[in-house]
Amino acid sequence: MRLLLALLISITIGLASATAQKIEKIGIPELERILASPADQLHVVNFWATWCPPCVTELPYFEKLSKEFRDKGVKFILISLDFPSQIETKLIPFLEKNKITAEVKAMTNLDYNSWIEKVDAGWQGNIPVTLFFNNSGKTKYFHPTELTEKELRDLITKYK
Amino acid sequence: MKKYLFTAFAALMMTGLLNAQSQYKAGDIASDFKLKNVKGEIVSLADIKDADGFIVAFWCNTCPVVKKYDQRLQYLHAKYASKGYPVIAINAIDPAVSPGDSYDKMKETAAKLNYKFEYLFDETQEIARKYGATNTPHIYILSRRDGKLVVDYVGAIDNNADDASAADKKYAEDALNSILKGQPVAVAGTKAVGCGIKWKKG
Repeated sequence: MRLLLALLISITIGLASATAQKIEKIGIPELERILASPADQLHVVNFWATWCPPCVTELPYFEKLSKEFRDKGVKFILISLDFPSQIETKLIPFLEKNKITAEVKAMTNLDYNSWIEKVDAGWQGNIPVTLFFNNSGKTKYFHPTELTEKELRDLITKYK
Repeated sequence: MKKYLFTAFAALMMTGLLNAQSQYKAGDIASDFKLKNVKGEIVSLADIKDADGFIVAFWCNTCPVVKKYDQRLQYLHAKYASKGYPVIAINAIDPAVSPGDSYDKMKETAAKLNYKFEYLFDETQEIARKYGATNTPHIYILSRRDGKLVVDYVGAIDNNADDASAADKKYAEDALNSILKGQPVAVAGTKAVGCGIKWKKG
């Protein structure tokens, strides 16, 4: 029995750390690399946080459409702006609870003013916002507010 | 279906308007206002005759970023009100979207946190729109010059929302210190992540 318990605990820890490993913590250099991605495909980059209700509302649409468009050459990245001190305590439990399989990265640079305009000059710092781009195709569209599922689908179809 | 289309169209129009909305920047002349404080009194900047300027903070009760900055806004008021720059906090969130940001909850927040500064309700959102505030917290430092309210700084309080002690750029304090010395403000505008102001629908 004790052995079984130990096994269960180690599996639980193993699962938790497997999810944790998936969350890459990024700074400005990694953000710049994402934004400069040369891959000839539509990139959908959403900035959000667990503490932001409209972000949480639209997240399932991103999750759903990321699955739907995974094999159709659309790359989704969900960049969380949760506070670095809350990645383990809030962000990861949230992702597990909501079974988010889309790629999530955690931006840990809090000197917002030094990178907000790298995303888009029109971004005022509110979230959620979503950037659609294909650097190879020279398309870029910055959506400055939340999206409905239909709006998200229409934008993907438009820029794909 | 028609109704849905209309709603979608209205939402798109709203987005367009938000995009077109301009924001005060340093050097602009800011509007005064008449807004209700948590004691039920109408406050306008013109009535606060002994101030040389104001730290206008677009604020609310519920935003986690605002909560992180709560102590820091109180500190700014404690340090600069006596030097002529009191804090004036304004909540412009639509309570229909965010019930925790209602006027009654503002009263509770101000009492619980013992706010020493004015906490005003921008019920029509006219002032937030006029100032071009997009997030909470969003700070506008105004100075009285020649009978006008001149914008000296727009943006964040500092550069670390999570941890005050780790902030190494204190934008608001630096701006105020320069203003008090009669010097130009070196960094007059910054951007920061915050909770988007919830606008009234249609």
